Order: sequence, then C-alpha cells, then structure tokens
Amino acid sequence: MSRVRLLVGTNKGGFILSSDGTRRSWQMDGPHFGGWHVMHVQGSPADPDRLFASTWTDWHGQVVHRSDDGGTSWTTVGNDFSYEGTPGTHLWYDGTPHPWDFKRVWHLQPSFEDPDTVFAGVEDAALFRSTDGGESWREVAGLRTHSSGKNWQPGAGGMCLHTILIDPANPDRMYVAISAAGAFRTDDGGESWRVATGGLSSEFLPEPESPIGHCIHKLALHPSRPDTIFMQKHWDVCRSDDAGESWTEVSGNLPSDFGFPIAVHAHEPDTVYVVPILSDSEHYPPDARLRVYRSRTGGNAWEPLTRGLPQENCYVNILRDAFAVDSLEPCGLYMGTTGGQVYASADEGDSWAPIVRDLPRVLSVEALTIP
Amino acid sequence: MSSDPPAGGSRSGVTVRVHLPTHLRTLAEVEGELRFELIGPPTLRELLDALESRHPVLRGTIRHQRTRERRAFIRYMAGGRDLSLDPPDTRLPEEVLSGKEPFRVVGAIAGG
Repeated sequence: MSRVRLLVGTNKGGFILSSDGTRRSWQMDGPHFGGWHVMHVQGSPADPDRLFASTWTDWHGQVVHRSDDGGTSWTTVGNDFSYEGTPGTHLWYDGTPHPWDFKRVWHLQPSFEDPDTVFAGVEDAALFRSTDGGESWREVAGLRTHSSGKNWQPGAGGMCLHTILIDPANPDRMYVAISAAGAFRTDDGGESWRVATGGLSSEFLPEPESPIGHCIHKLALHPSRPDTIFMQKHWDVCRSDDAGESWTEVSGNLPSDFGFPIAVHAHEPDTVYVVPILSDSEHYPPDARLRVYRSRTGGNAWEPLTRGLPQENCYVNILRDAFAVDSLEPCGLYMGTTGGQVYASADEGDSWAPIVRDLPRVLSVEALTIP
Repeated sequence: MSSDPPAGGSRSGVTVRVHLPTHLRTLAEVEGELRFELIGPPTLRELLDALESRHPVLRGTIRHQRTRERRAFIRYMAGGRDLSLDPPDTRLPEEVLSGKEPFRVVGAIAGG
C-alpha cells in the first residue's frame, strides 16, 4: 500500500510525519535541526528517500542538509550561495541602489528526473542550482540579471524567491515568483527569462499594471496542464492559460482574496484550493473561522470547506509553503498553521482533522507519496 | 573528541581550547570543547581558519563564506575581553595561548 510522508518545517525545527495510505493514524519523528528555522524540506520526485532541508538562524546563517534515507539521518551539504560575477544592486526601501546580499534559502525544488539536481530560491531574490546533491551551488544568473533586476525592490517581508515550478513535460520551462518583484518564466533552462505578469493589477503600485513590482505569494500548476498557472497574489487570486503571458482574476465569491498558499488537486486540474485571510494587515481568517476554499471550476466559484476546522476564535494563518497535496486516491490535503497545528484531509478537503497540534509556527509542509 | 595533547605551549606550537555554541557543536558533531594545535603565536584569523579547516561544515556559520568577516550576531570572547572587533591578525590572548581559558565563540542573546 502506498504511504505518505509529510515534511514539516517550523520556526524551531523540522518534523516528519508518516502514515499508510489510509491516512488515519500518523507517527511523528523529530525535531530535526532543533532550534533552527527550517524554511523548507522537500523530497526528490526521482528518489523519495532523498530529501533536502533549508535551515537558518540569525546567528549562523544558512545551512543546507541532505538525507538519503528518508530523513532518518542527515548530512550537511554546501552553503556557499555566492552570486555570479559582480552582483550589482537592486533598489532598497528608500529607492536607492542597494547591493545584493544573500540571506537565506526559502524554497528547494528538486529535479523530476535527477536526484542530484535541485534548485534553490533565495533572498535576496535569485535562483541557484546544484547538480551534485547540494554539495555545491551555482547561480542561475540569467534571472537576477534580467533587465528589470536592478529595479526590484523588497516588500516588508524581504525580497525572496519562494516559488519554483518546473514544467514536468519540458524541464527547460520553469516559472519562479519573487515577493514584490513578480513572476518570471524561462523556456531555455534558465539562460533567459521573461516577465510573466501580463494583465496583473496591484493597487499599491504607482502604475498598477506595471510588469514589475507585483507581490506574488504563490503559484501552482497541474502537471497534466502545465500552461495553466494559478496564482495567489497580495490581493487577488488569478489564473493564466497561456503560461503566464496573461492573467485573469478568478477571486469570484471568496470572502477575501488575500492569502498566501494556493494548490491544485492531484487528479483534477480545475480543482483549486486557497485559504483566505482578512487583509494585508490582518493575517487571520475572516470572521475568525478557518476555512479552506475549493473551486472545482478553475476559479470564480468557490465553496468553503469547514468540517473539522476551528470555526470560532481562530487567528492563525497558513503561510505560502505550508499547504500541500498528496497524490493518493482520494487526494489528500495538508496545511500547517502559524499556531503549530497541522490539519489533514483524506477526502479532497471535505473534512479535516489535526494530526499534530502543538508544533512551533509552521513555515512549510510538503507531502511525499511513496509507492 | 580530539586526542590531541593537553593544553599548553610547545616549541612547535600551542594547543588551544575552543568553546562553540550549541548549534555549532551539533553541526560539527562534537561534544564539549575542541582542542587543536596551532603554530604559534597564532592570530584570531589563524585560529578560525584552522577551526573551519578541521570542521568544514562550520564554514559560513561563524564568518561569511567569501569575505571571512564575522557574522553580525557572533562574538569572540577570551581573557575577560570581547575580541570581536579586534583586527583578524591580532595575536590570541595569553590565557588562550597558555591553555588556561578556551576561546569562546558566542551567539548574541536572543529572545523568542
């Protein structure tokens, strides 16, 4: 029977939760890297026992770890994330030029085919690639040296590259999203990049439809329809059916179109999930009720999913990397909260239950389906 | 744990003691103090270079990878002094050279 392994990153360590395919009972292992901010733990699609973890503290900076046995043991790998060449500058908060300065790895995306190849999305925004299992990293410099790069400017949360989507049918095509800079696409394996924000509008920008400056919170796609991308933006849920060339708002009847994560059902490319929060300055659910919203129409028409989720006095948030889907039948969903709960649904979101309640603030959740 | 000789000076060098904060002991997979020999009289830079050479996983966690500048929330303490702002070529204090005290790598006090 297939199994599920949940990879949970928190503010004070990483945890691995395991279950069989019924997903009725879970065993937890951890903390791994106790005391460290575990930004993201991700498994290789080519070898589910190969995991990568990004950990970080203010004291000691970035450390990356790799496991070759599903998280039982870990090896510290490379943490030299030096920008290519003379990095130059981007814009600082006051509009002046500011040198690029590596701070941390937000997101790890292993290759679909090669367990030794993994991409890292970092702050200050850049994309790195390792082809030796994380031992060494080299910047995919064509992104940061895009003609718009010198005009990227951080938002309050920093200028992080937090989303890396690889087209499973064409690994040369990738999408990345950067907070307060925008979305970009490459069709040549990272050599060159084009802005992928046509049609987006952000009221906080001097020119709301500017190609650069949109604060993308997360992108998601279904592997069977890789030209269709869903986006949770800093206000607005959007959809593109032309590989990010143009976007249409599909917020529809959501109680708020502000939120962080967005995910697509494993088997239904038009079934999409978001978790609305009240506003950009009030990061908790509307009416203090934690509701996942599901659209079975690719957006616009959304239904609240509430069974098993707190429906009063709830003030937690789900961060951008803290919502995951498994690929079992029926599709399972998982989300970790800023209050330390991890909720799971084994029925496509119809009902939920906490599988752990008292972890530190959850930063990320990934679900590995193990044959 | 190292099996190096006891702390103290010698003609060929000195054996220094180094105390790391918890996270770095975990990363380096060591318990208690580190002890290793340096050709004397060693400087701050030589001690840190030797530490990173013996434990490459510590590269980037005390000093920046390329610039070798001390990370902002790390301090160096020994001999009743904060050595953090001393130039890297400063000779280690006598208390460290004699083995009387460890060279302490300290993380800044943090809340939360």
